[in-house]
Amino acid sequence: MVIECKHVWAYISDYLDGTLSPEIRERVQKHLEHCEICSAILDSTRNILILTADDRVFELPIGFSERLHARLERELINSELWGNDDPDQAP
Amino acid sequence: MSKHPNMQEEQRIIHQILAGDTQLFHELIRPHERTVYMMALSFVHNEADAEDIAQEAFLKAFRMLAAFRGEAKFGTWLISITLNEARSRIRRNKDASTESLDTTPEEEGHVSPALLRDWREIPSEELERHEVKLLLQHAIASLPAIYREVLLLRDVEELNTVEVAELLKISIPSVKVRLHRARLMMQKTLAPQWKQMNPKRRWFQWS
Repeated sequence: MVIECKHVWAYISDYLDGTLSPEIRERVQKHLEHCEICSAILDSTRNILILTADDRVFELPIGFSERLHARLERELINSELWGNDDPDQAP
Repeated sequence: MSKHPNMQEEQRIIHQILAGDTQLFHELIRPHERTVYMMALSFVHNEADAEDIAQEAFLKAFRMLAAFRGEAKFGTWLISITLNEARSRIRRNKDASTESLDTTPEEEGHVSPALLRDWREIPSEELERHEVKLLLQHAIASLPAIYREVLLLRDVEELNTVEVAELLKISIPSVKVRLHRARLMMQKTLAPQWKQMNPKRRWFQWS
C-alpha cells in the first residue's frame, strides 16, 4: 500500500525512535526510497537532533562550577555545625 | 554513558553522604551540573537567573537527600527539583520576560516540516562555530515551553518516554505527540536557516 508524503511526516518521530510497527516501518521505507523530499526531511531532522544533543550547544557560564561549589561548601559546613537544620534558622 | 555514573555507584555515595561524609556531595553532583543548568536556562532564558535556579536546586537536593529513595535515577530526581524550582520562580515574578506556564497549546493541529530536495550532513565540528551554536540555542528557546521541555529531556538528556511522562506528570501519548512536534519545529526552523547561513561552504552546496 502506498502512503503519501504527509503521512510519512506524521511518522518521522517514531521512525527515528524505531518505535513504528514493522508493517508501517516498511511502508515508510518504501516511500523514502523514491521520495527525495521526504528523505531530505528525515535526514535533516536526524542531523539537527544530533547537533541539538551535542554538549557544546549549551556551555556552562565561566566560573559556574566554582561559584556553585563555593556556595555548597558553605551549606555543607553549616550542616555539619548544626546538624540537618536549615542553616538560615541556625542560631 | 560515561557522563552519567551508574545508579549503584550513586546510591553508594548517597549512603555515605547521609552517614556524614557530606563532602562527597561535591562529587555526586559534578556529572549533573550541565543538565541542571540547561533545564533552568530553558525556563528563564537568562544566564544569571538560570545559574541561581541551578544553585538553589542543588542546595535543595542536598537538604532533601534523605528523601531520595532511589526509585528514579539521581539525575532524574535532580531534574524534577530543578523544574519545581524554575516553575515556582516564574510564578513569583510573573511579570518580566518569562513566559506563562499556563499556556496549553492545543494537542491537535499539524506541524509541517520545511521542504527540501536534498540535505548535506552538517558535521558536529560545525558546533565550534559560534553562529551555529546560536542558531540552535535560538531554535530551542523559540519552542513553546511544553515542547521545549520534552525535547530537552528526550533528545538531549536521553531520558526514555516513561521517565519524561513521570517527570512532567503527563501521559505517554502526550510525550510522544509533543516530542514529534518539537522535532519537526526544530527542522522547520533550522533547515532553511542553514541554507542561508553560509552558502559558500563546501559542505553546503544547495541546489
